[in-house]
Amino acid sequence: MSASRAEVCVVACAEAWRGDGEVLAAAMGTCSILGARLARLTFEPGLLTTDGGALLTAEPVPIGAPAGPVEGWLPFREHLWLVQNGRRHVMMGASQIDRHGNTNISAIGSWERPASQLLGVRGAPGNTIANPTSYWIPRHATRVFVPKVDVVSGVGTDRAAALGPVAARFHDLRRVVTDLAVLDFGASDGTMRLVSTHPGVPVEQVLAATGFALAIDGDVPETRQPTDEELRLIREVLDPRSARDREVRT
Amino acid sequence: MGAVMQVEEVVAALESGMTIGIGGWGSRRKPMALVRALCRSALRDLTIVSYGGPDVGLLCAAGKVRRVVAPFVTLDSIALEPHFRTARQRGTVEFTEYDEGMFMFGLLAGAHRLPFLPTRAGLGSDVLRVDPALRTVRSPYADQEELVAVPALTLDAALLHLDLADTRGNGRYLGPDPFMDDLFAKAAARCYLSCERLVRPGELGGPPQTLLLSRMHVTGVVETPGGGHFTDLGTGRDEAFQRHYATSAADPERWEAFAGRFLSGDERAYQEALRRWHQEQETR
Repeated sequence: MSASRAEVCVVACAEAWRGDGEVLAAAMGTCSILGARLARLTFEPGLLTTDGGALLTAEPVPIGAPAGPVEGWLPFREHLWLVQNGRRHVMMGASQIDRHGNTNISAIGSWERPASQLLGVRGAPGNTIANPTSYWIPRHATRVFVPKVDVVSGVGTDRAAALGPVAARFHDLRRVVTDLAVLDFGASDGTMRLVSTHPGVPVEQVLAATGFALAIDGDVPETRQPTDEELRLIREVLDPRSARDREVRT
Repeated sequence: MGAVMQVEEVVAALESGMTIGIGGWGSRRKPMALVRALCRSALRDLTIVSYGGPDVGLLCAAGKVRRVVAPFVTLDSIALEPHFRTARQRGTVEFTEYDEGMFMFGLLAGAHRLPFLPTRAGLGSDVLRVDPALRTVRSPYADQEELVAVPALTLDAALLHLDLADTRGNGRYLGPDPFMDDLFAKAAARCYLSCERLVRPGELGGPPQTLLLSRMHVTGVVETPGGGHFTDLGTGRDEAFQRHYATSAADPERWEAFAGRFLSGDERAYQEALRRWHQEQETR
């Protein structure tokens, strides 16, 4: 079976939670949510996943489906305590991200009088300082991958380093998955590095869509293809209505 | 103990310049009947403390707000709140922007009469840059860790909406999430509770852990059937109407028509206009 770009993205998101064990996989965005549930159904069965609301589901459920049998309760107050507790790996979105992984979901332009008011910082400051954090960015473009974000909602590696080893000891940026590539912060100075490009995406296309210099170690491999079983789970179980194709167009 | 009140009596008990906390979360279980009444009132210069949704948007549009204290303002299924965006982009409201966890700690501090509570959330982010009044505090123990000292969010009044309440002001929620409503009540000098249905004392029923609000924290209780509309009470949001709200709010002329049709009368008039709107949608 050949996979669509969206399906490659779902699997690349799922890979973010590999090895995490028994933690909450907190996901935002369609491919990220599908990735969390796919990881739990396959290589990371210890993960906890929600119905998109306050319920921890006994089994991963299709996107948008009712919770069905429940194994736990996670209303917002408990969710916010869990952020502090740390047994959680979150994959957030970002309207802007820089080479150190500082991210912005608050406002474009000056904070005092924004050209465009966005959501507000939401849980991004607490998430990034207390939990392993990854990002899912469905449109890899220079307006998102910017030299400097306008408002720092999520804390990047440079700001974490400036806080010192005690304050930043739980800061842990893992990976950035986009519609073009997988990136991490593995460059020597904690800046963004190209890990793999999705099948059919040349490295040059990623570089052109990124508004700062990306670190590259030698030949860049291709993001792995979904297995037949992963494709079956995505198509028949988790997302039979193809919500993923509305987020990442083929 | 809560006195049974009418919507207009609740609004009459509030004053311009007050700091008012609003329960719920985003576009979920908001005391919209009370918010609509606030919009019709002569009150102004309010500081609104909220996990923000259309409550914040409507009050901004009505010119009632001096400052918003919030970690976000969203309609959930529609990410951005049009009226709040307009208010920020025009510079007509001041904004105190906290992380969600900081905000909860602020309410917890207020609810427990503490001056602040320490948290890691906020460190390294621009939350500390844009609010120079925020301070950090150093642990007095061996770790010496520096943490954000979130100041108590103390409220002159809290406005909440629950599924059920009794005539004394005890309240029960039926949905999956209590949000922070009990913290708002405890952090406030006075709390006004609206409910979908009002029952006699002893008739709230259900598991005791769903009894979220105690009459000891409630000043007034008001029955507002449909008073949470169009936000989600746990059984689903009126998404069609929320879309109508959001598209209207994004355009001044459309908003004038929307406000004229739905917001120019009292709560009874709103519910009637809403009934007719849905009737029209069905026959289209």
